[in-house]
Amino acid sequence: MGLKRGHRANPFEWIVERAIFLIATSAILMVFLIFLFVAREALPVFLGQTNSSLVQEVLPVAKMDTLSPAELQKYLGLTPKQFRELDRDAIQALMEVKLEGASELTKDKDAAVNTTQWRYMLLPHQWSDYDHPVFIWQPVSQIHKYNIIPLAIGSLKLTLVALLFSVPIALGAAIYVSQLAGNRARELLKPAIELLAGIPSVVLGFFSLIVLASFFQNLLGYQVRLNSFVAGIALGLAVIPVVFSIAEDALSSVPRSYTQAALALGSSRWQTAWQIVLPAALPGVFAAVVLGFGRAIGETMVVLMASGNASIVSWNIFDSTRSVTATIAAELAETVFGGHHYRILFMLGTLLFAVTFLSNLAANRIIRGLKSKMEGKR
Amino acid sequence: MNLKNIIQTTALGLLLAVPMPSALAGSITAKGSDTMVILAQKWAEVYMGKTPGTKIQVTGGGSGTGFAALQNRTTDLANASRKIKSAEIAECIKSFGKRPTEYKVALDGLSIYVSAENTIQELDLEQLEKIFTGKIKNWKAVGGPDAPITVYSRENSSGTYEFFKEHVLKGADFAASAQTMPGTAALLQAVAKDKNGIGYGGAAYGAGAKHLKVKATPESPAIEPTEETVVGAKYPIWRYLYIYVNPAIDKGETAAYINWLRSDEGQKLVKEIGYYPLPETLRNK
Repeated sequence: MGLKRGHRANPFEWIVERAIFLIATSAILMVFLIFLFVAREALPVFLGQTNSSLVQEVLPVAKMDTLSPAELQKYLGLTPKQFRELDRDAIQALMEVKLEGASELTKDKDAAVNTTQWRYMLLPHQWSDYDHPVFIWQPVSQIHKYNIIPLAIGSLKLTLVALLFSVPIALGAAIYVSQLAGNRARELLKPAIELLAGIPSVVLGFFSLIVLASFFQNLLGYQVRLNSFVAGIALGLAVIPVVFSIAEDALSSVPRSYTQAALALGSSRWQTAWQIVLPAALPGVFAAVVLGFGRAIGETMVVLMASGNASIVSWNIFDSTRSVTATIAAELAETVFGGHHYRILFMLGTLLFAVTFLSNLAANRIIRGLKSKMEGKR
Repeated sequence: MNLKNIIQTTALGLLLAVPMPSALAGSITAKGSDTMVILAQKWAEVYMGKTPGTKIQVTGGGSGTGFAALQNRTTDLANASRKIKSAEIAECIKSFGKRPTEYKVALDGLSIYVSAENTIQELDLEQLEKIFTGKIKNWKAVGGPDAPITVYSRENSSGTYEFFKEHVLKGADFAASAQTMPGTAALLQAVAKDKNGIGYGGAAYGAGAKHLKVKATPESPAIEPTEETVVGAKYPIWRYLYIYVNPAIDKGETAAYINWLRSDEGQKLVKEIGYYPLPETLRNK
């Protein structure tokens, strides 16, 4: 341990060191446990243990006396503890409710389908009432349709628009602030751009719902007022400060000797910034973009308010769109705990986590590769 | 409670904002339908002014949230803009051994909203069904200008969504291109700003866009949602608003409160908020 090496640590220092260690581990533990919890809730979907089929066996209430307690408990879907606690009247009421429930059910030809299987979640299917196979997300419906393709496309589309809008702006600003601007301009610009990060995303969402949406519709004349373009731009505003501050740090930490050498050899400030400093800072700039991607794909409030939330399969950026995050936020509160809709939303959360994790991992790899190449180590 | 449980609860709390248990003496909590929040708050306010010492807390979240809270016994009253489902009754029985008691507390006529610029004045139920399921895509098909229809709907967690789906769409799915809005106010805001938009919502939020007259069949007369037409069941899209309560606690203060809601005095407030009072036959004397 660091503190012991030079001299005998005094007990107070030892306690402080332990406390800091504990805090650090608990943060890691917390992240790990949250992921564990989310994954555990989603696990039945991955293992194919969920069943949304609406066809179920029902028995007349009179059967309640002929069934053995174990059969009765299984039929009513009770845990042993619940079964012990319920009295005869309650059991009878449950039998009645189960019958009522069965009579409410639809006669739809798809009623027996377990829609939580992967082929219904990933491939198009022709449901009754539809004239061709479709990708469709309609979880609250007679037949629960859980196709996640429209949501995946929605999230990717929004992220793409946000990055296309924000990365050039943020990088341009970073290059200007770190390389070209004078001292006074830099001191003004840097905090101003970073202030953007302080705008709560719900405010940004509200702003785009009321102001941006009308502004762009008047300007560009498209038909759907709330669409992935508007939401993407608003999302971009949230991404700019993330990309800007990391890219600016990367550019500023390029050794001054590079700049000095380039200027001494007669290149202009712009040539130095563009051809010497930017390539040298590339790994950091790349990391900035990847973190921007993570921010964009995980953002919820802006998207929920400004994207229109229609779950359609379309790559047109002027169509309304529904993202994975907005879906989870809008639907989770209403689902039956432990039901299939609940589990599928957790499954979406797990996928989202996996995507950001993998993109960060890939970025890390690439950055390391670039760095060693740049520093001449192969 | 072991450590794992505590951490799981914390994690869940972060995700879902775990409801706080109520059940303080002399206090009543009501949770559920967002449509009913304003009405329930008004009731609570007036009742608390009338009977000092009673505390009533009202929260929204959606009808389903109210039922979930009723099952977990974290609320006394569940406000609902739809009837309870059999699966939810079953959960209640599992939790407290009895069916929850249902009280009808008000009527609501769902208005169909379009932008004030729209020239359409009336639609029939069949046209509405086709518009909201995406079979009619242009205003021309229903006698309007040649312009595409933008359909606005509610999130599928809303009781209004389910009611509309069941009664107007007859159980069919909403068009995939229907945009879903997080609340009636947001929906109305969107329709008011979109000259090709159409949406639906509770009558209480009617300002800002215009509402259409609705015909039950193409031949029947077009009816405007007013107190007379909704209470008389002439306007075709109406529903009851409900309160559900665990029969074990439906006594004393809680029972008195529910009684008062259904009295002439409580029903007068329903009208003030913009919903429709119960017909005389359903009230408490």
